[in-house]
This record gives sequence, C-alpha cells and structure tokens, in this order.
Amino acid sequence: MKVKSMAKNTSKAEKKGALSIKNVTKIYDPTGVNVMAVDDCSMEIAGGEVCMIVGPSGCGKTTLLNGIAGFHSITEGSIHLDGELLCGPGKPKADQSAERMVVFQHGALFPWKTLQENVAYGPSVQKALSPAQALDKAGQMLAEAGLGNFLKKYPGEVSSGMARRAEIVRALINNPKVLLLDEPYRAMDALTKQIMHESLLETYDRTGVTIFFITHDLEEAIFLGDKVHIVTTRPCQLKKTVEVKIPRPRSYETQSSEKFRKLLAEVNDAVHEEAVKAFKAGERELA
Amino acid sequence: MTNFLQKLFKNTTTRRGIGAVIIFVIIWHIGSQLDEWTGYDLLGIGLVPPPAHVFTAFLEVIPLHGYWMSWVASFSRVITGFLVAMLIGIPFGLLLAVNRYFRGVFFPPFEILRPIPPLAWVPASLIFWPTNEMSIAFVTFLGAFFTIVINVLGGARSIDISYLRAAQSMGASQFDLFWKIVLPGTLPSIFTGAAVGMGITWEVVLAAEMISGGGTQGGGGLGFFIWNSYMGGSLEQIVVGMISIGIAGYLSSSAIRKIGFHFMPWRRLF
Repeated sequence: MKVKSMAKNTSKAEKKGALSIKNVTKIYDPTGVNVMAVDDCSMEIAGGEVCMIVGPSGCGKTTLLNGIAGFHSITEGSIHLDGELLCGPGKPKADQSAERMVVFQHGALFPWKTLQENVAYGPSVQKALSPAQALDKAGQMLAEAGLGNFLKKYPGEVSSGMARRAEIVRALINNPKVLLLDEPYRAMDALTKQIMHESLLETYDRTGVTIFFITHDLEEAIFLGDKVHIVTTRPCQLKKTVEVKIPRPRSYETQSSEKFRKLLAEVNDAVHEEAVKAFKAGERELA
Repeated sequence: MTNFLQKLFKNTTTRRGIGAVIIFVIIWHIGSQLDEWTGYDLLGIGLVPPPAHVFTAFLEVIPLHGYWMSWVASFSRVITGFLVAMLIGIPFGLLLAVNRYFRGVFFPPFEILRPIPPLAWVPASLIFWPTNEMSIAFVTFLGAFFTIVINVLGGARSIDISYLRAAQSMGASQFDLFWKIVLPGTLPSIFTGAAVGMGITWEVVLAAEMISGGGTQGGGGLGFFIWNSYMGGSLEQIVVGMISIGIAGYLSSSAIRKIGFHFMPWRRLF
C-alpha cells in the first residue's frame, strides 16, 4: 500500500507548532524523597516535524509529555510553543488546551460515547460548532479515516486499532498545533501496527501537524520520524538525535531499505547502552 | 403470547435455567424422601418438606388476599427505602468524590456509621420513629444507603484520569466534566451499588418485619408471613414464604439490570 500524500510547498519554518524545550527539569517529591525524572533536557522541534522520543522504560519521557500537555508542572526550565511561553519561570504548569492534544498510552476514548460522539466532543464543548454540526463533522472525519461504517459503535465494540485511529481523529478535529502521542501502538501486534503507521503517515501528510511521539519501538521511530531523539535513563536527558533523511511519502518497503537498516543500527547502539544502564539501576534499587 | 413462549424456549439460556431449576427440585425431592426410602436422614438435615407439599401449600395461599398483601407491603417498603437511598446516596457519594472539603467533613462520620449493621438500628428506630412503618422504611433505607454511597464514591474516584485529562484538553468546563465524564463514568458503579443495595434491602426488610411483627395479617409483609407460618407450625408455608422472597428478589434485580441496560447502552456488549 502506497501512502498518498498531498504535497505541501510551505517550508517547515513557516509551519505552526514549533516546540522549544529548554533546560527542563522535573523533580517529583511525593514522599519527601526527591526523584529526578527529567534533568536539564532541551530539544527543539520544528513546526510540522515528526519527532520521535525513544528511551528506556520509566526514564521520564511521559513526564516530559505531561509537562507539554499541562498535566504536570515542571520544576525548572521552560517550554515554548511558537514562541509563546507554555510553562517556565513563574508559571510552572502549562494550561491544558486543544492546541496540544494527547493520545494516551492506554487509549482514552470515552466508553460511554459512540465513536462519532467521542470525536464530536471537542468542538461541541468548545461551542465551536453546534452539537449537530459537530456530529456531522465528526462523521466526515471518521469516514476520511476509513471508519465510516463504525460511527455508531461504542469503543468497546471496535478493535483496538480502530479505537486508536478514532482517538487520533478525536484529537485532530480540534485543529491542534501539536499531537502528543504516548506509545499509542504499544500493545498491538505487528500487522495492526503496520496499518496504524500507514494511517498515521497518511494523516500527517494531509495535516502536517507537529507530532511528538513517545515509543520503545525503534523501527517505528525511524519509519515515522523526521528526527529520533534518544533520551537517557532516568533522569531523562537528550543523549543523541538521529535525523531520518528518508523522503516522504514512505511506504512499508522503506523498512527493508539499506538506509533504514543503517539508521536502525545507529539508534539501536545508542538505546542499548541506556537500556543496560536502566536495567542495572533497577537491580541496584531492588538490591 | 405463544410466539413469545416459543421464542423463550428456543433461547438456550432460558432452557438451561429451567433445566437447572428442575434438577434442583428433583434433588430436593430425593433429599426429603431419603428417610423414608433408606431409613437414614441426610447428615445434619432433619425435616425437609417435599416439593410437592410446598407446591400444594403454594396453591393454597395463592387465592388468599393476605398473601398478596404481604407482597405489596414488602415490595412497597423495599422500593421506598431503596429509592430514598438512591436519591440521597448518589448525590452524596458524588459529592464525596469530587469535593475535598465535603469529603473531609462528611466522610469520617459516614465511616463510623457504616459498619453498624442495619438490624442494629431496629430497636433505636422503633423507639425514635412514630410508626412501625416509618421505622421499617428507615432501616431499609440504611441497608441500601451505605452500599450505594461506597460504590458511587469508589466508582467516581476510580475513573481513569486520562478521560478527565482528555476532556479538559478538549476544553470541557467543570460542568461538562461532571455531567459528561464523571457521571457516565460512575454509572456502572451506581448500578453495581444499586444491585447489591437492593439485595441488602430485601434482607433488612424481611428481618425488620419479623422483629417488628408488622401489625396486621396483610400489612406484615413477607417477613411476617414467614414468622406467622412458623408460629402456626406450617413448615410448608415457611418454605412458600422463602420462595416468594426469592422470586421477589429476582424480579427486583432483573428490573435493575433492565434499567441499567437502558441507561448504559455501551455496557450491553459485556
């Protein structure tokens, strides 16, 4: 399956959704024991870029995402979106906003709403559209994502892959500047994952939204990303950035190319080192 | 009607259910005849009226006005106590869940009162409330109330935080969050609480009716019906009363399930 793209001539610099993460530190202090989850982490993410974050389990990637989304405060540093301060000195916690939509690790479609009602939720609570218009638009967007036959289904009635696609549509209907994805395809089998990747790439080619994507899956990271940021084990710091200069649109054949394999080896080396460190740290903690 | 019956019997679940009841009655019959057949009682079991006798006793009470009045009396007590418990318990539980200050003030006294079994309230409420009827209703209410509140509170507190975050990111106000997320998210627990609460309500009503005597023949309810049969020494009628309660409880919980399905169409999948 070739992924169709609608060519965009706009240069990356003009695009919205540039994230600038500067010297962000996050210290959790729930029981008086300071746990440093993120330590002096900086990244620049250009507007319209697909930025993949790869690192060992529990290294603080999600903490960083929570900071951007405004679910948690940050301790030091600052995060800007298109030059505007989200959080930083004097404002530890970003406001939650539809310009930064999160797709959650375990899926967060509301089980009591149909797919269509789920997608219509954003525009209708924002009062951007009347409830009927919101449902219409939701129906259209779901149909574009290939879910036209499942509008009236509840999330529990559809496969995890469909649910995940619907959840991405639910995020996109709000015209976000940034899509924050936290291991959205974690528990999926390889075949479903493949379909998900193609569907996400298709969505990306169509919308050009900035994507901040956390994953453990290195092939996924290279296949989807413009840049792969490898972060260290806790506390989370940027270790290495690998640029993926594989042209878009990409298809699954890309994954068997020489270039892809080389990048994979490069990322793997960097990640493996951190994984070993993380494992040893875990052993120390338990000992 | 025949159509309905045909459908009913084509349904495997129904057939299994009926089969199971028949097998149970056969075992019951064997148990009751064991002494006659073998000369030995089933260990630990004394007198068991055979199902046929109980059936005859059933036929005898069915035309009696008093028997049906007992149903009406017990049912109306259960429904009153249960509805009041839902009406007060659901908002109370939700408030405990969403408001820290409310929880701080009301949770400790609630937790002190909760472990007191409803039946322990019977003597006090008989003295406190002016009529027998009111004290039975009050005790019934208590039976369901604590269970409902605990379920609502637990359900509302265990709503996946991702739902709340997602809704807030999409711009939901506090009002939207409560009505569109917290309330539907708590509904399954509300109905679990209702089902369990309904069971406790029947237990409490029956016991309260036995203790209070319930007054007149008809107004005594099914609990008093059993007690009366015991006083009259009719073992068969005691069992009739027990089965009646079983049926009444079954009808009540089916009704709750039906209502639950109506309000939670997404739960029909399970």
